[in-house]
Amino acid sequence: MSVLEFQKVSKLYNNVTQALTEVSFRVDEGEIVSVIGPSGSGKSTVLRCINRLVDVTQGSILFDGRDITRVGKKEIRQLRKKIGMIFQHYNLVNRLSVIENVLHGRLGHKSALSGAAGYFTEQEKENAFCLLERLGLTEQAYKRCDELSGGQKQRVGIARSLMQEPRLILCDEPIASLDPSSSKVIMDYLSDINKTMKITCIFNLHQVDVAMKYSGRIIGLTSGRIVFDGPPDRLSKAKIHEIYQSNEGELITDVG
Amino acid sequence: MSGDRMKKTPGSKEKAAVFVARKRNFTIAFLGVFAVFIISSLATGYDVAGGFAAVPKAVHWMASNFVPDEKAWSRLPNILAKLIETAFLSVAVTVCAAVCAFFFGLPGTRTLKLNPWVGRAVRIIAAFFRNVPDVVWAMLLLFSFGQNILTGFFALFFYTFGILTRTFIETVDEVSADCIEALHAAGAGDLQTVFQGILPSSMPEILSWILYMIETNIRNSTLIGILTATGIGYLFDLYYKRMDYASAGLVVLSVVLLVIAIELLSNQIRKVIL
Repeated sequence: MSVLEFQKVSKLYNNVTQALTEVSFRVDEGEIVSVIGPSGSGKSTVLRCINRLVDVTQGSILFDGRDITRVGKKEIRQLRKKIGMIFQHYNLVNRLSVIENVLHGRLGHKSALSGAAGYFTEQEKENAFCLLERLGLTEQAYKRCDELSGGQKQRVGIARSLMQEPRLILCDEPIASLDPSSSKVIMDYLSDINKTMKITCIFNLHQVDVAMKYSGRIIGLTSGRIVFDGPPDRLSKAKIHEIYQSNEGELITDVG
Repeated sequence: MSGDRMKKTPGSKEKAAVFVARKRNFTIAFLGVFAVFIISSLATGYDVAGGFAAVPKAVHWMASNFVPDEKAWSRLPNILAKLIETAFLSVAVTVCAAVCAFFFGLPGTRTLKLNPWVGRAVRIIAAFFRNVPDVVWAMLLLFSFGQNILTGFFALFFYTFGILTRTFIETVDEVSADCIEALHAAGAGDLQTVFQGILPSSMPEILSWILYMIETNIRNSTLIGILTATGIGYLFDLYYKRMDYASAGLVVLSVVLLVIAIELLSNQIRKVIL
């Protein structure tokens, strides 16, 4: 069953910059899909259209069979509750503690006042600590986020998105600012979450090798158009060069 | 030989041209500033040499008249009382204006994405309050409130409000953009985003600006006090008009010391919070 479906989605920024042109694809429940493509090809726009951080210009996006491109402000909140998001720069509130940041994942489920006052139920707090334990952050729970390493910050980001109990997690360049070993830790956690919790994941990645290893399907974007959509084993070298519009020997993946 | 090679490298001519252009721009800028100075000196009849020559005389006059004497020191308790009144007024004004400015400025931020028209209106209103000098505010308000401490309060309030609204808008857009995006993505509402994201992340910068405005307002309130006949400014005006320059000098000295003390204190506070 498909969780998400793009139907001829186009996006124009400021009526001039064409970011997406008639993008159509479907994502099934439990899949890991990676979107790859050169910088400025519209990868981030694709992700941000899904949770309405960006409004599409044309076409429709079905989430759970409902068109979410025209819904109002209240329903956007309902939609975002079900969709977690992980960022390249982690986007934590650095001056708050780890546990407070994790609890931020519950804000969408709370009334405006109790959320603003930072009032969380015992159950929510317990869940937050469970998630921290699962992500190996128990000892960091009361530390301020600016004391953490990049890999730890990203794990806090994952915990925050899991607090939402999401159906779908959007990962916008989750490992672009991390060293190779933290990158592996993060990717392993996310793929584990996908398998055990049956949460669908959509990645934006620059690392083609990582995308091929971890995802069940890859979508290649070139200047706002889909040029490849299929399993990693069908992604040939020639196809990669087509996606990145490069010649043999010009990509980092060609080395070695 | 190396010079030969330099000449042959493509683009070395362009490189040289860049430096020539830079030199030329500096020269033009310098001559321009100099010309503006000459023109404005002529227009206002300002005599450069005479102006500088008068400095030693002025210093001598101040040194012989403004040094606090016995009588001035006897007025110290009175001066200190007014000084404290002025300091507290400045703190009260700044804190009130900061709270108002923060919430008023929120629609003006680009990252929170509230109504864009309201945002534009907010920025225009803030610019208006900011660009009317506090002394002008004081003179305008004198008509409605008279020579009263309220006049000084509102004059400083409007000006501080204008400045802080703008700086808070910029601070929030700069410091909190990332976490605003994350909280919105998690389904948080605007009120929740403000209290859980914006306030914690931009608090140090906000406090730093508040401290700076307290310092500025103590200085400004002295001047405004002269107009509104309140606080330390009134005392200065009083002594000055009685030609009791020694006491007026003590007032100036106490204000300077207070401002320096506040500055040192706020530097300490900044060190702790940043």
